[in-house]
Amino acid sequence: MSTIIKANPKAARGGMSSTNKDRLINIISPIILLLLWELLVQTRILDARFFPAPTTIFKTFRQLIADGSLWTNTWASLQRLFWGFLLGGVPALLLGIGMGLNRTLRALVDPLVATTYPIPKSAIFPLILLIFGLGESSKIVMVAIGVFYPVLVNTVTGVLEINKIYLDVGRNFGAGRWQVFRTIAFPGAVPHIMSGVKLGIGMGLILIAIAEMIGAKSGLGYMIWNAWEILSVETMYVGLIVIAFLGFLFSMILNEIEREVIPWKKSR
Amino acid sequence: MNIPVNTHGALLAPDAAPIKIRLQNLSKSFQTAGGTVVALDDISLDIPTGSFFMIVGPSGCGKTTLLRILAGLEAPTSGAIEISAPAANRPGNSMIFQGDSLFPWMTVFENAAYGLSMRKRPKAEIAETVGHYLSRTGLTQFANAYPHQLSGGMRQRVSIARAFANDPDILLMDEPFSALDEQNKLLLQEELLRIWEETRKTVLFITHSVDEAVTLGDRIMIMTAQPGRTKQIVDVPFERPRDVLELRSRPAYGELVYSIWGQLRDEVQRARALDEEKVRT
Repeated sequence: MSTIIKANPKAARGGMSSTNKDRLINIISPIILLLLWELLVQTRILDARFFPAPTTIFKTFRQLIADGSLWTNTWASLQRLFWGFLLGGVPALLLGIGMGLNRTLRALVDPLVATTYPIPKSAIFPLILLIFGLGESSKIVMVAIGVFYPVLVNTVTGVLEINKIYLDVGRNFGAGRWQVFRTIAFPGAVPHIMSGVKLGIGMGLILIAIAEMIGAKSGLGYMIWNAWEILSVETMYVGLIVIAFLGFLFSMILNEIEREVIPWKKSR
Repeated sequence: MNIPVNTHGALLAPDAAPIKIRLQNLSKSFQTAGGTVVALDDISLDIPTGSFFMIVGPSGCGKTTLLRILAGLEAPTSGAIEISAPAANRPGNSMIFQGDSLFPWMTVFENAAYGLSMRKRPKAEIAETVGHYLSRTGLTQFANAYPHQLSGGMRQRVSIARAFANDPDILLMDEPFSALDEQNKLLLQEELLRIWEETRKTVLFITHSVDEAVTLGDRIMIMTAQPGRTKQIVDVPFERPRDVLELRSRPAYGELVYSIWGQLRDEVQRARALDEEKVRT
């Protein structure tokens, strides 16, 4: 018996590139989840007091947009995230590359990182409030602390994982210290740095919500906490959804950035 | 059979070119968990300016260590190296590494331009020099490609272009073709000889292939298995420029390969015995 392999003209045409297909799938799964949720509430399988239907939440969502409070709170959180991200991410990046390249610096800083990293960041917040007060800076510092560790740890790993041969090439071709930093250590570590940045943003979102629940009069965390106090469950959900959406948006943006800044991995 | 080690000068004809590299009693040992390992033992060697100098030896004989010492990537344990100073504005040496050494985050052009960019040469000069060597290695149309898009042979051509474009006094090549298939190896050897003929720089080329050594070299140093010593230095009498395929069809070529193999075989067997001993203990 012989095997016949049939030609598949579709395979050649392909239609959609695999990256575009991935992007479409990325959007489809949350939509399916929302539809399922609505269905379960409409059929009373889910209790609407605890799990209001997406359509009800959407009504509240529109109200909160109309009175401007949603935007004010979102904007407040975004600003804190942005400054916290810069304050934590940039030093982490520089220190991380330095530690990756310099054994002594690594030996010096490693124990400090190892002992402070496991402390729950939320547990530090009272101390941060004490030092930085109730103003903006305490929230920004919280985000910065959250972003700092994952970016640092991943950057160090990224530099250490760079194939030694690249550093030999740098030395043999006369690259100075700063040139090694710029042409080898940083680009070589970028894939790991991007993972660190993604984890850092996730951590930043967690911490900003916590910080705003306790020590703020604006922001998404404040909005959620306030909604609990006045038992406006829909508002709580709006807050959660906006935070979830921000997380989703950031990771989409970061994926796009990754595609741009790591062109040598574009086709993978 | 052990042939007495040639010390420097012994093989040089009176009208020979000036000495570019002189190694005197060079030794290198490493500290490992199992104790001290002597990689290079008392190597003395003269390499004339403009010569294509080959080093063959069994794996683990310290040939790469020797090259890394000359490249300034490692320091010798004892002995002296004398390298005549390069012309002004010219780097001492550039290395073509074994295996993949191109930066994956740079294009072919940026990789080939690396040495010149590090020395902050003017943009126009970089474009011209790199352009020249990319065209000599047949890579002009791939200037904007990234290494992962190229085949192994093309990547090694970029390495060659990178080293030549840097215009060093000495080229150090560490088994640059060992990972390539036989056909690509042959083509690259031809290409390398053609590009080398333009400038006739001093080349130190490491290989484990006797064929490659005889095809490319002016002179071949055979090294012993660990610890690496000079076993014999052999002159290659073939004229230049060489036609690689034609050369290989000559009886004299076959005879030379055969006699070098005779020298090398004992060492390869000794290297094998050493490896087996290591596995047992």
